[in-house]
Amino acid sequence: MGRYVIRRLLQMIPVFIGSTFLIFFMVYALGDPVAALFGDRAPDPATAAQIRHDLHLNDPLWQQYLIYMGNIFTGDFGTAFNGQSVTSLMGSAFPVTIRLTIVAILFEIVIGISLGVLTGMKRGKPVDTGVLLLTLVVISVPTFVTGYVLQYLFGVQWGWVSPSVSPDAPFNELILPGLVLALVSLAYVTRLTRTSIAENTRADYLRTAVAKGLPRHRIIIRHLLRNSLIPVVTFIGTDIGFLMGGAIVTERIFNIHGVGFQLYQGILRNNAPTVVGFVTILVLVFLIANLLVDLLYAVLDPRIRYA
Amino acid sequence: MRGATRVKWAVGVTVVALTAAACGSSGDNGGSSTSTGGSGGGIVRASWGDPQNPLEPANTNEVQGGKVLDMVFRGLKAYNPKTAKAENMIAQSITSTDSQNFDIKLKTGWTFSNGEPVTADSFINAWNFDTQLKNAQLNASFFSYIDGYDKVHPDTPGAKASATTLSGLTKVSDTEFKVRLNQKFALFPDTLGYAAFDPLPQAFFTNRQAWLAKPIGNGPYQIASYTKGSKMELRKWDGYKGPDPAQNGGVELRVYTDNNTAYTDLQAGNLDLVDDVPVTQLRNVKSDLGNRYINVPAGIIQTISFPLYSPRWSSANSAKVRQGLSMAINRKQITDQIFQQTRTPATDWTSPVLGDAGGFKAGLCGDECTFNADKAKQLIAEGGGLPGGKITISYNADTGSHKEWVDAVCNSINNALGNNKACVGAPIGTFADFRNRITSKQLNDPFRAGWQMDYPLIQDFLQPQYFTDASSNDSHYSNANFDKLVNEANAASSSSESVSKFQEAEKQLVIDMPAIPLWYQNGSAGFSTNLSNVALNPFSVPVYNEIKVK
Repeated sequence: MGRYVIRRLLQMIPVFIGSTFLIFFMVYALGDPVAALFGDRAPDPATAAQIRHDLHLNDPLWQQYLIYMGNIFTGDFGTAFNGQSVTSLMGSAFPVTIRLTIVAILFEIVIGISLGVLTGMKRGKPVDTGVLLLTLVVISVPTFVTGYVLQYLFGVQWGWVSPSVSPDAPFNELILPGLVLALVSLAYVTRLTRTSIAENTRADYLRTAVAKGLPRHRIIIRHLLRNSLIPVVTFIGTDIGFLMGGAIVTERIFNIHGVGFQLYQGILRNNAPTVVGFVTILVLVFLIANLLVDLLYAVLDPRIRYA
Repeated sequence: MRGATRVKWAVGVTVVALTAAACGSSGDNGGSSTSTGGSGGGIVRASWGDPQNPLEPANTNEVQGGKVLDMVFRGLKAYNPKTAKAENMIAQSITSTDSQNFDIKLKTGWTFSNGEPVTADSFINAWNFDTQLKNAQLNASFFSYIDGYDKVHPDTPGAKASATTLSGLTKVSDTEFKVRLNQKFALFPDTLGYAAFDPLPQAFFTNRQAWLAKPIGNGPYQIASYTKGSKMELRKWDGYKGPDPAQNGGVELRVYTDNNTAYTDLQAGNLDLVDDVPVTQLRNVKSDLGNRYINVPAGIIQTISFPLYSPRWSSANSAKVRQGLSMAINRKQITDQIFQQTRTPATDWTSPVLGDAGGFKAGLCGDECTFNADKAKQLIAEGGGLPGGKITISYNADTGSHKEWVDAVCNSINNALGNNKACVGAPIGTFADFRNRITSKQLNDPFRAGWQMDYPLIQDFLQPQYFTDASSNDSHYSNANFDKLVNEANAASSSSESVSKFQEAEKQLVIDMPAIPLWYQNGSAGFSTNLSNVALNPFSVPVYNEIKVK
């Protein structure tokens, strides 16, 4: 187990270097950021040249990459165009998005899995059909539609919540955005859990457990759920990274200044330090989440531990 | 059943959670509207966009940063928010006998909010800093008229500056300095209301980083707190002695990433002022806000520019094609249907905010800017037809929702020519890429262009865009007669003479049509019942200091 973890951690190094270089290359390929700084006015050549020099834009790409990586190892992620260091942008953006992601994941786990268990155990019953239809609707409606509709209903029409989230973004303001962000994944979690549960209700070990006369809640939680959760855990694990990076739409609607917002700004303004810095962190989040998922497998199914 | 209880439990949690959120937000509402500071009433909660660059006067070239400079700074002149006329602010008088040497006298008693007096040095030091090449200020070129600029800021990339101060600036006393220009420029004093010319306190030069974190100015407001990317709190500065003190206790600028959310917040009573009503809301805005919706012309004109350096557009007859295309565009229909009358069809190359005295002349472009499908078809045929039989119109697809109107313009052209493949829109991913292709002369077909004035002068609409090799001459238009008339206009002894010369020059644009004027953009704003006396200035920025909070 220990060696397995170490091997996985070592694998992260080439993935980290490779992905940062790719992102760096892609942002570079988007073109020169200097012209956009001047708005609709053409840049005056001397000032533009000075800015290019300051940002090392005249150096060959590999050299820029080396300078960038060198700085990263000293903890310097570069400077965004508004003069703020990218590390301070991260310091303000990541906590907000992490809170939003936690809310979303909690919704997925609590509502998704319980709906999945409910429908899985009542296959073919009206509850099952109803929830399936509901998830179908949720999956097919784009996030920005549900976002705006819920924001309008809860925020303006009924006035239950504030339509936008304040800069500090405390947990209680993130509940509606978290729900909106979670909705699609939640529907998938429900469906995944349902299928898995439905499959396992017919398994021999479950019949044995029932025959032994175990209490029902013990059968469901220890035997049925534990064995059915492996695909769901995989999904939720990869979803952590996906939610953090993909919150652009939700963050825009609810005016949350998180990772999605900073990435969007960075791309819009061709700001390589912002984009590469944030995506680098997101890559790490993905890698770690996947590692955790693999470790969780072992907890859920001891057979995997020895494989 | 077990399962069912679980669902109930989950629903219960959700309800409790949402209720908690509701409590949290209502507390917020109470907090921000009651936290009034000192005399002059409450705080205006207004929408804001994240400024692109650090907030330095000569490094801010977009509206969002400009808004703040406008509240925190006062320059030699200020533009009247109603008439757009440049009026003396810190300047006591600006005089010249030859339109080239200017004598600037300052009023006494002006100070920065840290108590430091505003003197001739505050301007001279600032202007010297702003122009130095190593400081890479985006607006450095605004100082290019001042003598010695080319020494401090050589224009060729890679060249080294041979001086650190502008030789055209001479200090006479603490309240007087002289400016010598490198050419005649009669309207020079009127440009001095632009934020790039603002004075800077000593604190800026001693610790620039600290100053940038919390700028210190000499305007009616001072910055109480600034959280980059999310919020700026401005408070009325009680020590302000100028003629236009704040009528409210302060302004809280909140960064919105989506103007739809700002509008929703306004409807929910969470925000008092939005100065950018989203296009999707234009249909409802009148019923939502009634007379709390403002829609007035701003100093912005949208055009379609042609790359005249491309062989496709450089033939002798291609001006006829461009005129024809201009006549093929049904401006009225597009401004009515797509923009819901938040644009006004353009009939010249300036803006109505200049007023007649300032050089705006309705109908100057005449028939060439009036929709006439038959004439359009005829002119394009006379000019040899569209180059290669079809054209594209490039635009940036990331911001500003240009797709809708570009498609409509193309549609209009296609209908006029009876050929549904004659014109198509050509989206370009990002604004940065779009601008790059324009400045590096990579476009071979027309592209959208927008011009927002820096100062309300006819000169600012014509010279930077159409003078030979001018800073923003994206079409690379060059016409000797136009240049001659502009030079004469700049050297004129009175502003009315100057304006009429500029208009003569503008008539040359009708003949050559380097850019098709489409429409004048309006500023739009909406405000809550908490506010009164809200207006937009000619730059479509709210006149914050005059807003009254109930």
